[in-house]
Amino acid sequence: MDNIIEVKNVTYEYVDDNLTHSAVKDFSLAVERGSFTVILGHNGSGKSTLAKLINGLYKPTKGDVIVDGMNTKDELYETEIKRRVGMVFQNPDNQLIASIVEEDVAFGPENLGIEPDEIRKRVDESLKAVDMYEFVKSTPHHLSGGQKQRIAIAGIIAMQPDCIVLDEPTAMLDPKGRKEIINTILKLNREKNITVILITHYMEEAENADRVVVMNDGAIIADSTPKRIFSDVEMLKSVGLDVPQTTELLYSLKKNGFDVSTDVISIKEAADAIEKALHLEEK
Amino acid sequence: MLKDITFGQYYESGSVIHRIDARVKILLLILIIVFIFISSNLFSILFSALGIFTIILVSGVPFSLYAKNLKAILPILLITFVINLFYGEGEALISFWKLSITTGGLYRAFYMSLRIALLIFISSALTYTTTPNDLTYAIEKLLSPLKYVGLQNAVHTLAMMMTIVLRFIPILVEETQKIMNAQKARGADLENGSLMRRIKALIPILIPLLISSIRHAYELAEAMECRCYTGGEGRTRMKQMRLTKIDFYSSCFAVLGCLIVILLNIIF
Repeated sequence: MDNIIEVKNVTYEYVDDNLTHSAVKDFSLAVERGSFTVILGHNGSGKSTLAKLINGLYKPTKGDVIVDGMNTKDELYETEIKRRVGMVFQNPDNQLIASIVEEDVAFGPENLGIEPDEIRKRVDESLKAVDMYEFVKSTPHHLSGGQKQRIAIAGIIAMQPDCIVLDEPTAMLDPKGRKEIINTILKLNREKNITVILITHYMEEAENADRVVVMNDGAIIADSTPKRIFSDVEMLKSVGLDVPQTTELLYSLKKNGFDVSTDVISIKEAADAIEKALHLEEK
Repeated sequence: MLKDITFGQYYESGSVIHRIDARVKILLLILIIVFIFISSNLFSILFSALGIFTIILVSGVPFSLYAKNLKAILPILLITFVINLFYGEGEALISFWKLSITTGGLYRAFYMSLRIALLIFISSALTYTTTPNDLTYAIEKLLSPLKYVGLQNAVHTLAMMMTIVLRFIPILVEETQKIMNAQKARGADLENGSLMRRIKALIPILIPLLISSIRHAYELAEAMECRCYTGGEGRTRMKQMRLTKIDFYSSCFAVLGCLIVILLNIIF
């Protein structure tokens, strides 16, 4: 198996008020190239720290993080790792540097010292990939949160990364913006074959993932496919995560004696499952 | 309302002046300002005025916008006019106490005020026809010779700072508005009371604003680092500034104008 990211027994400690806390403890995770992994966890579960460890923004206190064979502790690879593992943060306003969309998208490639003509090409391509090409000359300030976040994603794609880590990219967006971002991420994963690691606490966003990792208190407590994770309602509730409404409904139906499967996610699947259960009841 | 504030006052009209390279425009502005000061008699200053009004006309920016800028410095203009009235030789027109307004004074007052007005007009012409971003680029480019005296980092840092300032002014303005509303909702009284009271009422607005800008800065720095920013070294620019024929012709016109000013200075 070809792993783009390998986190090996990593512990990350930070000092706050003279007390040492560990955000992640003896943590191991391997991410397969081209996959779409969702990391779920509530606030303070160490998921943001993990994101910053992956692209070398934080260095592990113990253990190693290997990106494409390069150790993040090695200063020689610092910039190269950041290019290969792009990072998108929560607040779009704090990621955009220039006051014109195209110039902002060009910021990454400019830092890499790429030729002007090639940058132009990449900027146009990246903006098209996130469906924001019509805003090439706009001011980010006049765009919606979802649009700004897509510009931020375009700015990362322009560096032609192998992997994108998104740290709660939808937390500050309205439902419409949230949908735009999730669709964009999916498209990049499917069409451009970019490895995606999406960190979130909205379970609905995990629906289309290849793999879901649930984190609590700096450790992995579950690692499986979305369907299997979602059907384990008790485990999810125990770590303070909200279960999708469909799963919640099916879960209570099952608890009250209906024979429904709880491993479905979409509304349509849920409706079908309920219909089937009702037919069984009639017979 | 506050949301629409932008730094600078760019006005799009697609004129020839808009298409002149920002670097050339800055250099020409400096040249013209020098020649406004060099114009030493009525003929040359009137010629400068003619030239500058032609530029204004060609720029396609409504004259009312230029007038607005002039209005902002009206007190200075009036003071200059009044003071200069009394500083002149020649025949006294009106005298009272120890002061007298002379023909020379009247001439001088008119001449000095016109000079200031022209300075405002020509500087506004630059800011109305050039985007803040282009100005930033141009300043960076024009200062780039400083790298030969070991100041390469300073030039790059300055340009990066200007870029970030341009980006964050609207964000901070919006945030100030939000904080003000939040404090008002909690009963803060920002409009009434003595001056001291109103200044004190600003503290609960400035402190949260300061804290939030530090947070912005911290997150922005991390985001920049994640986009491989390592300072100015080895950086390229997508936008390349290229000189065109327009730049050549406009420079020729400006130089020609300046020569005429010198000529008028000598003849009269």
